[in-house]
Amino acid sequence: MRTMRTIIASAVALAVLTGLASAKEWTTVRIGTEGAYPPFNFIDSNGELQGFDVDIAKALCEKMKVECTFVAQDWDGIIPALTAGKYDAIVASMSITDERKQVVDFTDKYYTNALTFVAPKDTDITDVSPQGLAGKMLGAQSSTVSAQFLEDKYGDSDIKLYPTQDDAYLDLASGRVDAVLADVGPSNLWLAGEDGQCCAFVGEAVVKDDAIGIAVRKEDTDLKEMFNKALAEIIADGTYEKINEKYFPFSIY
Amino acid sequence: MGELLRLLSFGPDGWGDEIASGAWLTIRLALATLPFGIALGFVAALARNSYRPALRIAGVVFGTLFRALPELLTLLLVYYGGQALLSGIAGTAIEVSAFVAGIVALGLVFSAYASEVFLGALRAISRGQYEAGYALGLRPFTVLRLIILPQLVRLALPGLANLWLVLLKDTSLVSVIALNDLLRETSVAVRATKEPFFFYLVACLVYLAMSMISSVGTARIERWSERGTSRS
Amino acid sequence: MSAELLERYGVRMLEGLLVTVELVLISVTLGAILALPIALARLSPNLALRGFSFGYVYFFRGTPLLAQLFLVYYGSGQFRHVFESIGLWWFFRDAFYCCLLTFTLNTAAYQAEILRGAMASVPRGQREAAMALGLRGPVVLFKVILPQALIVALRPLGNEVILMIKGSAVASIVTVFDIMGVADLAFARSFDLSVYLWAAVLYLILVGLLSRLWNFLERKLTTHLAVAGVRA
Repeated sequence: MRTMRTIIASAVALAVLTGLASAKEWTTVRIGTEGAYPPFNFIDSNGELQGFDVDIAKALCEKMKVECTFVAQDWDGIIPALTAGKYDAIVASMSITDERKQVVDFTDKYYTNALTFVAPKDTDITDVSPQGLAGKMLGAQSSTVSAQFLEDKYGDSDIKLYPTQDDAYLDLASGRVDAVLADVGPSNLWLAGEDGQCCAFVGEAVVKDDAIGIAVRKEDTDLKEMFNKALAEIIADGTYEKINEKYFPFSIY
Repeated sequence: MGELLRLLSFGPDGWGDEIASGAWLTIRLALATLPFGIALGFVAALARNSYRPALRIAGVVFGTLFRALPELLTLLLVYYGGQALLSGIAGTAIEVSAFVAGIVALGLVFSAYASEVFLGALRAISRGQYEAGYALGLRPFTVLRLIILPQLVRLALPGLANLWLVLLKDTSLVSVIALNDLLRETSVAVRATKEPFFFYLVACLVYLAMSMISSVGTARIERWSERGTSRS
Repeated sequence: MSAELLERYGVRMLEGLLVTVELVLISVTLGAILALPIALARLSPNLALRGFSFGYVYFFRGTPLLAQLFLVYYGSGQFRHVFESIGLWWFFRDAFYCCLLTFTLNTAAYQAEILRGAMASVPRGQREAAMALGLRGPVVLFKVILPQALIVALRPLGNEVILMIKGSAVASIVTVFDIMGVADLAFARSFDLSVYLWAAVLYLILVGLLSRLWNFLERKLTTHLAVAGVRA
């Protein structure tokens, strides 16, 4: 009889707890970002996370009336850390792809990205199609859509993958790769800087409609809805435009 | 040259303090792993020395597995796999910090090698020591504590000292799972200053310094453990 | 371990296996060739030779392989113009060659120490008898000392090859698609941990095969001891 009661009591407790877990009240949301992807997310000289992604996330949290904390996470492990519960959402310029949708859910897009090649100014590359780049050494950051694109389409080229975008640019500057495929925003920033003086964009953008979204765990549909609603709000009331202007002279939506 | 050295200064302009904090994390990681690795290694050695075949086989499998797998692979498996495993068992998400993952992975590898060292040491202590202890009327645990253990420490120390040096170097792998150890801080400095040769050389020298200090320390401990014995 | 994953990455994993085997085979062999002169230098009466070889061995055994690799890979990128002007940039440009160089230098240091210890363990009388017979230096070395030293060195050298197989995994961190590199790629696309388990299996097979090979070598090279009743 005693055992029976303990079992029922624990079952009830478990049900209550899991019940509580699913009807979660979001008061704080932990946001995961990379911190190595200027101008979208980077760590400034004070050790603070800054960037377009960070500003958008802060604006969204304000609209959602939740407190946001930020966690920096290496890009390669950014999705596993989300599913493991290290944070609740990824706002790190992550492209919405079918492959990723198998593991996480995405909100609506919060900007549109293009993938372009960057190469040394004195390069002999003119054609950035798979045939044109056959036999060349191409670089990209691993676990990105650029890496995926190169792997899927550029089978005749040698591909090198790097843990961070900066490492890819470094090897481009030192001549280890002939060209790097990356998001247009960070490339633009790098080319304008001192280290990017060696190089320039080459060829047309190979992907022009890459949608960037916020990733959440599949079971957190309520959080996703909160983000979508807040996103619509900041676009409608001009907050999005203000943040956009801070980083880019043109709209990136 | 002076310009390079200025990059190492402490304070907001130099990278000296970042590298020092990285070195400190490396030392902390290695020190935190040590007790775990030694304890587990000792248990594994006892298992391999046991009369029960099941324990012996378990010990052998454990040792063979973690001595054959690359440390990098073990680290990634513990870091990504550990999170998935714990989350799956508990039902809710459990976060495994990179530091803990580092301790567990490095500790598993350390203990696999340490079990070999302990096994050799255990086998080197003659049966007569145990028998004499029992003959004196001491209980098994007391025999272990007062007679076997001191000899075990003396015999196992050189091997363990070597494993410690290997552990110090293996900590460099945690830079891959985003732990801010010495190597990772060096990489951050490199990306910012574009002086890879200088900074990685500095990192190597810091590791060398750590090894040297460790060697002096372990030599002292070895001398202490050999007090009272005569050397041929 | 889904079939889809296997289909997508199975072939690449095997290609990665080939890369790992190439890396280890070439670096261990070149390292062995390099180890002999270094070991001799360590035992030489010449102070400069002894000092230089001691420094070399101390550096490569006292610092992590990953730090050495970063030093060579990123460091050489910094000196691109220097290498271009002496026509060696094609070598340092390639991550595979950078790994090969680093691994060779690293294993040469460890092998030199093993060889040195083994040579020192050959009784002095052997050398004296050979000289008394009027044999010249190189002949004494290659016909008398080394064969005996190699028998002592065999076990530790086998260990070193295994350590190299495991150590080679760091090549994946500098863009080389060895076993770990392909596993990282597959994990980045699929988030399926089983890719690392496949990598583990491949490494276990490699190490297992090598252990068998080494045991076979040991038996073949010590047949004369068995016949003489010295070895089992």
